[in-house]
Amino acid sequence: MTPIQIGLLGVLGLLGVGCYGLLITRNLIKVVIALQILVKAAVLALVLAGDAGGQAGLGQSLAATVIVADTMVAVVGLALAVQVRRRCGSVDVSAISTLRG
Amino acid sequence: MNTLMGNAAIYLILVVGAVICAYRAMTEARILSSTIYLACVSAAVAMMLYLLGAYQVAVIELSVGAGLVTVLLVYAISVVGDDASDPGPVIPRPVAVGLTLLTAVMLGYMAYSLPSKGLTGRFPPLVNALWEQRVLDVWIQMVLIFAGVLGILGLLAEGKLARVDAHGHEGNGHKTVKIAPPTACGFTGAGACAADGLQKEVQKEKVHA
Repeated sequence: MTPIQIGLLGVLGLLGVGCYGLLITRNLIKVVIALQILVKAAVLALVLAGDAGGQAGLGQSLAATVIVADTMVAVVGLALAVQVRRRCGSVDVSAISTLRG
Repeated sequence: MNTLMGNAAIYLILVVGAVICAYRAMTEARILSSTIYLACVSAAVAMMLYLLGAYQVAVIELSVGAGLVTVLLVYAISVVGDDASDPGPVIPRPVAVGLTLLTAVMLGYMAYSLPSKGLTGRFPPLVNALWEQRVLDVWIQMVLIFAGVLGILGLLAEGKLARVDAHGHEGNGHKTVKIAPPTACGFTGAGACAADGLQKEVQKEKVHA
């Protein structure tokens, strides 16, 4: 197997674990952790795609942008989790929902 | 040939380690342990990026993904509390596993069917790609960093909960650091606890009278 194929296996594994975590967890902080895992798979996929397509610089620049965006998503998500905990006393996603039915 | 096999073995070890750490991060009961496993995933991904030749992205991933995000997560856990009681999943676990496997298989089929040019070894540098082709990305990164600074302010902001003093009057803007769960009266914070205690004392005095 070539390094790109092995890296694609890693991308699929990280993507699967991230999706599974998003589906099974209800804790807001664990949701942020699952999103982090998903985005690490996306970063790895971008770099691998750039290498495979012969445009490594383009893939790496997009990967850097995705890393910055992912960090900001984590910051805002954690700020939301802290404020929700202070106001509602819980970080359970289903406990803070006001939708019924 | 031996070098190629050695590289493949290193890649395989890193991939397996990253996936195992990611799975442990999702299934661990304590959130702090999940954070440590997430940092391990970041380190493994950064090493893979370095081996693929993306040196700058590897450094960014290691410093931001394994450093800054871990520090932020630990701070948020210290504020929120390492609550080990994670309620049941939103959907049944077999359904979640099935959906995840279906997604992974479909993406794998799409990815492996793409034509690949392979590693040529002569890439345009990242600096040219970033500052000449993707200038818009740089501006977007600046805006995102500004939004992240605002998010940090929200993360560090203290809750301004109304505090009830011993005479039953509501104070203005007293900062409360202690986080209390919702009480019987439906309010949170130290003020609510003080109000509950005051009500109990009044009831006791009435009983004695």
